[in-house]
Amino acid sequence: MKLKTALLGAATAVALSGVTAQAERGADGHLNIIYWQAASILNPFLSGGTKDTEASSMVIEPLARYDEQGNMLPWLVDEIPTVANGGISEDLTTITWKLTPGIKWSDGSDFTAADVVFTGEYCMHPEGGCQQESKFAGVKNVEALDDLTVKITFDGPKPFPYAPFVGVESPIIQAAQFANCLGADAPNCTEANFGPHGTGPFRVTEFKANDVISYEANPHYRDPAKPAFATATFKGGGDAAAAARSVLETGEFDYAWNLQIDPTILTQMAGAGKGTVVSSFGTSVERLMVNLSNPDAALGDKRSTLEGGPHPFLTDPIVRTALSKAIDRALVSEVGYGAAGKPTCNVLPAPAIYASTANDACLGQDIAGANAMLEGAGWVKGADGIRAKDGVRLSILYQTSTNAVRQDTQALLKQWWSEIGVETELKNVDAGVFFGGDQSSPDTYQKLFADIEMYTNNFAGTDPEAYMGNWVCDEIPMPSNNWLGSNMPRYCDPAYDALAAKMGQTSALEERAELAKAMNDMLMQAGAMIPLVHRGDVSAHSNTLNGVKMNSWDSELWNVADWTRAD
Amino acid sequence: MLNYTIRRLMFTIPVLLFISFIIFLLLDLAPNDPTGNLPMTIPPEVREKIRESLGLGQPIHVRYFKWCVQFFVNEPLNIIDQMFGTCTWGCEDRLRVQSWATRSPVVDLIVERMPQTLWVVGMSYVVGILIAIPIGVISAYRQYSWFDQAGTFVSMVGFSVPTFFTGVLMIVIFSVMIPTDSWFWFPSIYDTTHKVTDLASFGFQIRQMAMPVFVLALYNAAQISRFMRASMLDNLNQDYVRTARAKGMRERVVLLVHVLRNSLIPVVTVIALGVPQVFGGAIITEQVFKVNGLGQLLIIGIQGADIPLVQTLTFIFAVLIVLFNLIADILYGILDPRIRYD
Repeated sequence: MKLKTALLGAATAVALSGVTAQAERGADGHLNIIYWQAASILNPFLSGGTKDTEASSMVIEPLARYDEQGNMLPWLVDEIPTVANGGISEDLTTITWKLTPGIKWSDGSDFTAADVVFTGEYCMHPEGGCQQESKFAGVKNVEALDDLTVKITFDGPKPFPYAPFVGVESPIIQAAQFANCLGADAPNCTEANFGPHGTGPFRVTEFKANDVISYEANPHYRDPAKPAFATATFKGGGDAAAAARSVLETGEFDYAWNLQIDPTILTQMAGAGKGTVVSSFGTSVERLMVNLSNPDAALGDKRSTLEGGPHPFLTDPIVRTALSKAIDRALVSEVGYGAAGKPTCNVLPAPAIYASTANDACLGQDIAGANAMLEGAGWVKGADGIRAKDGVRLSILYQTSTNAVRQDTQALLKQWWSEIGVETELKNVDAGVFFGGDQSSPDTYQKLFADIEMYTNNFAGTDPEAYMGNWVCDEIPMPSNNWLGSNMPRYCDPAYDALAAKMGQTSALEERAELAKAMNDMLMQAGAMIPLVHRGDVSAHSNTLNGVKMNSWDSELWNVADWTRAD
Repeated sequence: MLNYTIRRLMFTIPVLLFISFIIFLLLDLAPNDPTGNLPMTIPPEVREKIRESLGLGQPIHVRYFKWCVQFFVNEPLNIIDQMFGTCTWGCEDRLRVQSWATRSPVVDLIVERMPQTLWVVGMSYVVGILIAIPIGVISAYRQYSWFDQAGTFVSMVGFSVPTFFTGVLMIVIFSVMIPTDSWFWFPSIYDTTHKVTDLASFGFQIRQMAMPVFVLALYNAAQISRFMRASMLDNLNQDYVRTARAKGMRERVVLLVHVLRNSLIPVVTVIALGVPQVFGGAIITEQVFKVNGLGQLLIIGIQGADIPLVQTLTFIFAVLIVLFNLIADILYGILDPRIRYD
């Protein structure tokens, strides 16, 4: 019924104006989007949650963003600055962006370099609690050379200077609107945070926090023929299965985000013929983190730290390799993720130029081989079927967050490991606690008071430098740094640190790719991590919606201006 | 009676303060982190700064005191200002209770959620009562008849089948299996932006409320009809009923005037005690139909460790429960002259 009214409305609009529907802003009526996690705020600097950044991406935009292949596209600028075109200085310490002239904010005022400078100042304010602060790491100064030129100076050579103002997490906000919202005042600007002015195709007409957002086409959008939709609704609430149902079965909504549900149910829903399931792959990898330090509770404060000493058996490379060999990654991927997963042997599986092929042998399961390796290394099965050597039993505590798919994976791995004589105790922790940084909780993923833990990690954008920097010695979580660190395996190799440092000084893309691959291979061959599944994003759109290009490198709504209603 | 009411009201103040402190302690001790649901790409140092900007670095008694000032002083002042358009002491930089996830005043969020919760959950309570009372009366009067057996069966179903099952079942039947253009099709997603302006939009409002109201009404009716039936049975065997019949009164009058009025006394108190649950929203049903009322607000707050939001909402529920307990006690005294508290 809604669709009919929408089409009728569109038809009347066309009849009245006498122009063809393709070249008319707002000609396609109403767009219904459902994100089952409701958006809380439209200021991505105050909430890094994906639901919030994507909801705001229909309104506010970065200078450049990534297309569905992971290529950088000039968005509010004419070209991407490079060393070759003089946009990046020879010493790699500055980058200069030239804004496209004539872009206007949704309130009709001009978009200028001052807005970009203000956005930098807003996020880098020490009291603001800006959630995208890491995008501005190493930025010394952002200045406007003239109304349309912005120069960013870094405090050292920055081989990949495209972090600030690029991608969905780092859009530009309007200086005039947020002028009184700097630093500690940031959270008090409710009106601005709920309805930012933007340069994007839509503007906010009503915002109900944690519930629903209403948009209308931005009358000052730079392309007079876009967006095709006059209004849009961004509904939140419910769960992934209900969101999938509303697009694939009832047809009430046009687009549903993040449908990580049982693959068989999703296929069954798609069978109704009202919508299409789409997926794309970014950099997310479900992996096992192998604790190389000793998690024995008897160690007290030294538990799972370098001072506590090495792990009794996981420091033996044979054991780590055997654990990896026993896993059938293809099955884990199929059972848990369906179209949204593929088996992988790398912790850095994408973009394509960074993906190594050196470790692909792990794709095949080899329980006999794993048994033989352990046998050869002196790990002998005891009366209970569990292997042991010098009184050390291969008994593993394997933890992860509470999530049906993860518990299925745990059960599969436990079964395979029992076949190679390894005893596994499973544990799951509520996600809020596991990923939360509560210092008093023993169950956080940083503390890793277990032998092995499993979760997914990824990096935003396409440059892996910061991500690969997660496993240098300085990143090891320990009491002295309040367990803040990303090196969960407590892996520490000076050779790896040297490669990471070298990457920080290399700017040629091919060389950076070689370095990233070498680092990935080092981690994989050391067995510090056991990658399982390269995870994709799954969404669904109605068959009456055209133009959706699923994107894992930027907002899924990155090209919402180009979406149209199919006749 | 008045003395009693005043005494009880005075006593609620320390009770509520104590409750608010316990809620605060519980939330603080629970292992939870407002940055826990952020993407993994946000590094731990940034998370630490976010926590500090939320005021989590301060000791617990300071945070509790701040919340008390914000909730008991600043929020009432703000309501007064909004009602009369005035500006009492420093309305410019008055600190209100702010939600961490939305960075907006919690009370505004609650006010925004009220309409859909009262419409859907409140209506289901009313419908539930209207169904339950006749069922209870007839079931008791014709005890062990087929009607009584059927009523018992339906209320057992309502009691024991969870709303997330009945809700999804309704969606599958009325939203998925029935074609969209049929009159029997109902929307599975509640539109909170819908405004009732004319008859057609009122019709749509009824349609979108139909399924959640039915699901909840079944559950409410199940409970209340059992109370009604039990209370009727108690009274039907009393001496005064025999007397009334002996006086030659018609069966209608005996049943509907004498017995029903007396049997309603305990049921009215049960209904009054259930009213706070209406404001509490129906967490599961709201999730199933995306009604996004107070229940959904609370569950999102809990999931996102939005402590000021959870604290304020839970405390308001506590106030309502204490108040309606008092109301139920007073109602009991008014309805039944034999009961006196003084």
